[in-house]
Order: sequence, then C-alpha cells, then structure tokens
Amino acid sequence: MSASVKDKTIKGETGDWEIVIGMEVHAQVLSESKLFSGASTRFGADPNSQVSFIDAGFPGMLPVINEKCVEQAVRTGLGLKAQINLNSIFDRKNYFYPDLPQGYQISQYKNPIVGEGEVLIDLKDGETIRVGIERLHLEQDAGKSLHDQHPDNSYVDLNRSGIALMEIVTRPHMRSSEEAAAFLKKLRAIVRYLGTCDGNMDEGSMRADVNVSVCKVGGYEEFRRTGSFRTLGTRCEIKNVNSMRFIAQAVEYEARRQVELIEGGGTVVQETRLFDAKAGETRSMRSKEEAHDYRYFPDPDLLPLELDPAWVEEIRKSLPELPDEKKARLMKLGLSAYDASVLVGERETADYFEAMLAAGAEAKAAANWLNNEYFGRLNRTGLSITDGPVSPKANADIIAMVAEGLISGKIAKDVLDIEWNERTGNPRAAIVEARGMKQVTDTGAIDAAIEAVIAANPDKVEEVKAKPKLAAWFVGQVMRQTGGKANPAAVNAALKVRLNLPDEG
Amino acid sequence: MSDPTKPTSLASMTLAEARDALRAKKISSKELTGAFVSAIQAARPLNAFITEAGEQALAMADASDRRIARGEAGALEGLPLAIKDLFCTKGVRTTAASRILGNFVPPYESTVTQNLWDAGAVMLGKTNLDEFAMGSSNETSFFGPVFNPWRASNSNANLVPGGSSGGSAAAVAADLCLAATGTDTGGSIRQPAAVTGRVGMKPTYGRCSRFGIVAFASSLDQAGPMTKTVKDAAIMLKTMAGVDRKDSTSVDLPVPDYEKLMEGSVKGLRVGIPREYRIDGAPAEIDALWSKGAEWLKAQGAEIVDVSLPHTKYALPTYYIVAPAEASSNLARYDGVRFGHRAEGPHDVVDLYERSRGEGFGAEVQRRVLIGTYVLSAGYYDAYYARAQKLRTLIARDFTEAFEKCDVLLTPATPGPAFAVGSKTADPVQMYLNDVFTVTVNLAGLPGISVPAGLTANGLPLGLQLIGKAFDEGTLLRAARAVEEAADFQHSPARWWSA
Repeated sequence: MSASVKDKTIKGETGDWEIVIGMEVHAQVLSESKLFSGASTRFGADPNSQVSFIDAGFPGMLPVINEKCVEQAVRTGLGLKAQINLNSIFDRKNYFYPDLPQGYQISQYKNPIVGEGEVLIDLKDGETIRVGIERLHLEQDAGKSLHDQHPDNSYVDLNRSGIALMEIVTRPHMRSSEEAAAFLKKLRAIVRYLGTCDGNMDEGSMRADVNVSVCKVGGYEEFRRTGSFRTLGTRCEIKNVNSMRFIAQAVEYEARRQVELIEGGGTVVQETRLFDAKAGETRSMRSKEEAHDYRYFPDPDLLPLELDPAWVEEIRKSLPELPDEKKARLMKLGLSAYDASVLVGERETADYFEAMLAAGAEAKAAANWLNNEYFGRLNRTGLSITDGPVSPKANADIIAMVAEGLISGKIAKDVLDIEWNERTGNPRAAIVEARGMKQVTDTGAIDAAIEAVIAANPDKVEEVKAKPKLAAWFVGQVMRQTGGKANPAAVNAALKVRLNLPDEG
Repeated sequence: MSDPTKPTSLASMTLAEARDALRAKKISSKELTGAFVSAIQAARPLNAFITEAGEQALAMADASDRRIARGEAGALEGLPLAIKDLFCTKGVRTTAASRILGNFVPPYESTVTQNLWDAGAVMLGKTNLDEFAMGSSNETSFFGPVFNPWRASNSNANLVPGGSSGGSAAAVAADLCLAATGTDTGGSIRQPAAVTGRVGMKPTYGRCSRFGIVAFASSLDQAGPMTKTVKDAAIMLKTMAGVDRKDSTSVDLPVPDYEKLMEGSVKGLRVGIPREYRIDGAPAEIDALWSKGAEWLKAQGAEIVDVSLPHTKYALPTYYIVAPAEASSNLARYDGVRFGHRAEGPHDVVDLYERSRGEGFGAEVQRRVLIGTYVLSAGYYDAYYARAQKLRTLIARDFTEAFEKCDVLLTPATPGPAFAVGSKTADPVQMYLNDVFTVTVNLAGLPGISVPAGLTANGLPLGLQLIGKAFDEGTLLRAARAVEEAADFQHSPARWWSA
C-alpha cells in the first residue's frame, strides 16, 4: 500500500491500529408499486393510505413478485459489474414486531439475485480503490412504528411495508471514514445514474449499516493476502447511519472506542450498535447472544426466481453510461481526473455538463467555467444544478463568446450575473449585443484611451521605462477607461508599442 | 303432495341430478336452497356449520333463478354448496375455527369460492373444521367438535367425522348441501370423506388457487371438492380449478372437461398397488377392502401392478416437520395487532403477543407452532427441516418411478373407520397416524381421491384412495368412477339428529 496507509491508522498507546470497514446498504428500489403487491410506493402519503391486504398480512393473502423490482435489481447488479444469478430464492426471515404485519420479512438469504461485484472509489489524494461487493438481494421493507404520537400507545404506519429494498453488502475493503463516505457517495451516484434508487437519504431511500473493526497494523494486509478473517478484529455493526457526515463520525467514534477498549484490557464483543447523531457516539443495541433467531426458510408462497439470460442481456444493453466510464471519456476530452470526477459525481451535474458540450462548448473551458464560476454561485445560494437559473445553453454561449474574443473573461462574469438574475436564455443577443458589452478591439478607441492615461500620469510614464513590470498598471488603467470592454491582449500590444517596452519583461 | 316429476327428496339429490333438474326447470334454485336451509337448521346437533348463511343463500338462489329464466345459467347455476370456513368469503365471517380470528369478516373473496359464485353456485354457509385445519377429527375447533352423521350399528356413541374438513364431510354425508369445498394439507379432504362415506378429492398442487384460503402449510395446502359422487367431484373441480395470477404457485395449464374425461372404461389402465401401504396392525377389513378394490378394477379390464414406494415410512415424520414449520411462520400474522382476537390491557408489545396468541390459539395449534419453531431454529434446521426437505424429494421420486409402471395407484384411504369422539385426543401421535395413507400424496404434490367402497362389520363406511400423476385428474377420476360403480355404495346414515 502507499503512503496513505499512514493516514488511515489510529495512534494508540500500544502502537498503531488500522480501521477495517464493511457496509450493508439498504437502497429502496425505484418502482411504482411494492415488491409483492400493487400498492403505491409514493413518499409522503397519509399514514396507512398505501397498504394492500398483502402488505397488511391479512389471512389468505399471497405475495406476487413485481417484475419491475426484479429488473431494477438486475440493472443495479450489472451497474456494480456483478454476477447476475439466474436462479435465486426468496426466504422468510421470521420475527415479531408490530410494523412487520406478516410476522416475517420476505428476503433472500442463501441464494441472492446478485453475486460478486465491485465499486471503484476515487480518493482526494488521487488514489483509486476497489471495494468488493459480496452480494445484492431483494427484500421487503417493514412499516414504521411511531412512538411519539400518544402518551401510552404506539402507532404503526404500513405505507412502507412491502416496498422493495436492495440490500447491498460489501466486503470489508474500506479503511477509513473518508473511504466509507466516498463509497456510499459513489454507490449513490451509480444507482442514481441507473435510475434504480433515488438515493434520497433524508427520506430513507438509502440507509447504511456500517461494520467497523480495528486491528494492529499489518492485520489487514494479511487478511487481503490470505482471505482469512483471523487477523482482523471483532466487528461491531452500527445501524441506520443516514448521512455521509454521520458515517464519517460514526466510524471515527467507533474505531477509537474499540482501540481504547482493547488497550484498556477489554475485548470487543460482536454486537449491534446504534449511532446517536446528537451525541456523536455509538451505543450498544443488542449483543450477538440477544440476536434474533430468524428461522430462515424458503418462502413456499413463491417459486424460485428464474431469469432468462436473454432478458438480462437486454437490460445490460440498455444501461446508461456510468460514472467511471463517463469520467474516462471526459478525461479523453482533456479534463483533469479531478475535474472529471467532480463533474460525474452527480448524475445531474454530468447531464448539465454534457448539455453544455451539446450546445457547442469546449470541454476544458466548460469544466473550468463550471468549477470556477457557476458551481460557486450555486453553492452560495444553496441551489442544486437542476434548480439553478442559468441554462446549459446560456453558459455554453458565454464561454463561446470568450473563446471568440467577443467578450473578456471579466465581462463574461458580468454576463453570467445578469443572466442569473434575468434568465434571458440567450445572453449573446439579449445581454452582450443589446447592452453593447462587446469587447473593444478597435485600435483607434484603445489608442485614444492610452493617450488619455499617459496624459494624466506623466510620472508613471517615466517610471515604467525603468520598471517595465509597471506596464500591468497601464493595462489596468486602460481597461478601466474602456469600461472593461477592451481586449486585454490588444491593449497590451498597443501599450508596448506606444511606451517602447521590451517584448518580455 | 308428491310430484312425480320431482325427486322424492330435493336434499338427497346429487349435484349432477340437481343441475340437470334446474336446467330442465323441473325445480327452482329457491326450492332447492330452501330445502337445504331447513335441513341445516334441523341438523344443528351435528355442529357441521360455524356460520349459516340461509338468508344470503335464498337471495343468491333468487338471482340464480332469474338467470336461469333469462337463459344465462352458469355451470353451477343455482346449486347450493357448503364452504369450509378456511376460505375467505367477502362480507361473511371467516374463522378458520379459531378464536384468534375473532369476528374477522374478510373484505375479499378467495379465488376458488369466487370461481364458484361466478359459475352461479349458492353459498349455504361456512362449515366447521379443525382449528386452522390442524387435526384429523374436527375436535380441535374452537366452535366445538362436529359429529359424524354415521353411528355404528347398535350404538349411540358420537363418532368423529374425520378432519380437518369434518364439517364439510358431515354436511355432504347428512345431505345438508349438494357438495362442499374442503382443503387438504395431509389428508384433510380424503380422510373425512372416507369416514363419512362420501367422495373427497385433493387435486394436484397448483391446480386450484390458494389465494384467500387461510394458510396452514403453503407448500402442501390444496383446495378440492367433497361430493356425493365422483361425477360431482369432476363437475366441481372444473369450476374450482385454474391458474390465478394472485397465486404464484398456481399452474398455468388448461382445465379440461373432467366430466367427459371421467367417462369411459379402465380397460388397459395400469393400477399400481404400493406394497409399503400394507401396514402392520391395520384392521383386516381395510386389507380386505383394498384387495376387493383391486379385483373390481381388474374385472373391468385394468392391469394390476405391484409397485414400491420405498420411502413411505418417512412420510409421516417428514410431514410433521414440514407442515408445522410452514405453519409456525404462516400463523405469525395472528398477533392481535391488526385484526382478530386481542388480549385485554397489554402492558407492552410482548405481553400483547403472548396473551393474544396464548388465548387465541388452541392446544393443537400451539403444539404445531412450537414444533415448527423448533425445527426451523438455528442449530436444528439442518437436522430437521433440511433433512425433511430431502426426504420429501425422495418421496416424490418414489412416485415418479412408480408411475413409470402404472397410471394410477390404489391404496386404502384411512387405517380405520370413524372413531369415537374423545378417543384419540389424549395422544397426538395416534391422531397423526390417521394420515398415514394420505400425507405422501401432499408431500409429492399429486392428486388423490377417496371413494366410498364398503362398510365395516358394524356399519361404518370405509374408503379407498386412488392417486394419480400430476395434473392427470382426468385419468384419476375415470379410475375412481370405476371403483365407485363396482362398489355401488348406496348407504346413508340414519337421521338420528333430526328426531
């Protein structure tokens, strides 16, 4: 491993420790109806208004698989470069809870629909790491228990009951909170590109359980070499961490807790812990001994799920370009790895950028313009790329005018500000031409401005002869005189002649 | 008083006779239904019905009569049926004979019953059964036992009607309906039909939709008809069967005209006699009847073949692992939260579960839920459930191999006639042995039918079972019809209940 291993270690009293992280992500399948019923999946409806008799576990009700959800799982599997299992089985996971109406969750236990795959993540230092995907399976979501609506009673909302989830399980291939957060961000980007999950963490469409363990430096290398978990520490599972920031916090806290525990003579016990976002700490929920015995067995109401390889191929052919491929393509267009990853990180951003290219923008200029100008304005106003006021076409026009020498870079920023406020949609005609903001390349006008500046500053004229670097001051003055419309290159050239300055200085 | 164009007793007609009489407009559905409504009221001592639906039945009969008059009669138009109270019926209380369902009134209809109503049939009411169909004597019902219309000669002792479809069996035997629906998980149609002297058929798994039937053991449950004759079973099955997109395990195969397929000779039909079904300690009468059955078929030109089903001895233990395992999960939804019985004043959710389920489920159901939970538990799964699944595969393979040598199998239906109420309740294993000839068929998913074939020395009915190839109900019915004709079982129980 590279030098970055050093950054991934925790300093303990007895030496350095490494963090090892695996994740289980629950991603809600984007579909109109639930996994085994026709009830709607729309978010935010009145409690218990989207519940079929199947979702409510009524007597005699039987699940019927929603083909759309299967397609979405396959699509996701293909997007994760994973093996698609043409035969998979739905099992019942049995436990009692009021928000689980059937008394079991239909899930996939031994035979998931998707097998081994991978996700590549780009780190800030330019390193790319590969996180192995162990499996993806389909399962039903539970309903929601509401404990804060009544002093004595709990309420249950079954709208979510039966909605399809994809549980995506990684290998323990992440080594820092940064990597864990980067993984989730990348996974989110992939499913959003695929259109298989909206990735909305606030609405619970994506929820992560994070498995954290620590080991002495070298233990992880040994694990990767041998495949044996012997050299890794005992893991704790942190449940339902529902933002990128919380993942980082939860990992940091948990790893430190485990190191302190071990160094204090204790041992880490395998358990499920809950992240308390307010306190910024993890707390024990239940130990392995208290863990449920889920009594998994194949659901006799459902036949084994058999996929036609031709159907899987059709889905493969319909996959959109995914972030990694898009990034590679953008780099071929001259973008730096960093710029390219920023642009492909969100599907909407990439779409916006591509729309600018389609409107004729040059890739590198467009990337610089977005990174240096437009994104900053969006960030300051808290707007997303899709809510921003300037169309890709308008931004493409602005940088095209700069490239044509029609306006200066400075004027371009003014044009952007005007377009931001006025939304003309056509900055070339509506702003630059209509308001006379065209750059001045007319040498007569530039010469006149130079003469005026020289006349007003005879002392500076003397100075510049001794210090040619002062020429920049003259350029600034001439630009001011022309209201910023003069072409700086033309001003520079004319000044050199008029002041008799050397070519380079 | 007596009209020579009408049968002497409306209620004693077969389904086919009533159908033909209705079509010929010799009788009206209203008259026919009225006769059954009265008979049901008079037969309350049998406790065959949990819910009588007389008023609704008469209204349905009226509607049928109007359709008949307009020439729009369906296949079962105006024919009054009894429905096992395991089928959800829209707007009519459905109990599964359990306290836990309380006064549950389904807002939906099971597919099988919907098929019947769509064909014009009339619902007389919901019949009693063992709680959640778990039992072989109809004694586990929360609504009390059903009494078999049959009594041994010179005895007034109440006998069980078999189970779990005991109410349906009693209703058919006592002429309280033309025919009834049952469900069969390990013999729950065939065993009660046999000990009440009637016909009971379990179709191939997947032939009838399970949608809307309260689930006991999903991989074994199958609905089927309980009738007076084999022909009636063929008529009923035609309407009950068919693929249903609401049940993924229902099979998309055309439903043939069973009534037509049932006709014809058994000449050349190969009838297998599985030697493992000859069990030690079985009454001599059972063996004798079985031999007689083989002779009847042989006399009609069938070829009798000796076959082996070597894993038969594992069938009961396999069944009593698989069925409770599935049941323990299927019955988890009865938790007192959304419908049915709910314990008073629970102090927390665990208390709510424990008391609701403890009060709501009877002893036999609790026993099976416990067995099922145990065999699926971590550490026991491989020893029990996984091994049972392997045995199930072997049992099914036995049949596949046997059917290379024969077209149908002939076996006894039960190890004995109806027994006295209360005589086996103390020993669950004795009770479970009643299913010894029938459970294999469910484990293999095959169709089976029991046909009344004779009486014991003390006058109680005994049945023979025929087992067919998957989805070959037509051949099965034809063989059953041949046994029925040869047996010429014309007996009916004395009407002691309406004295």
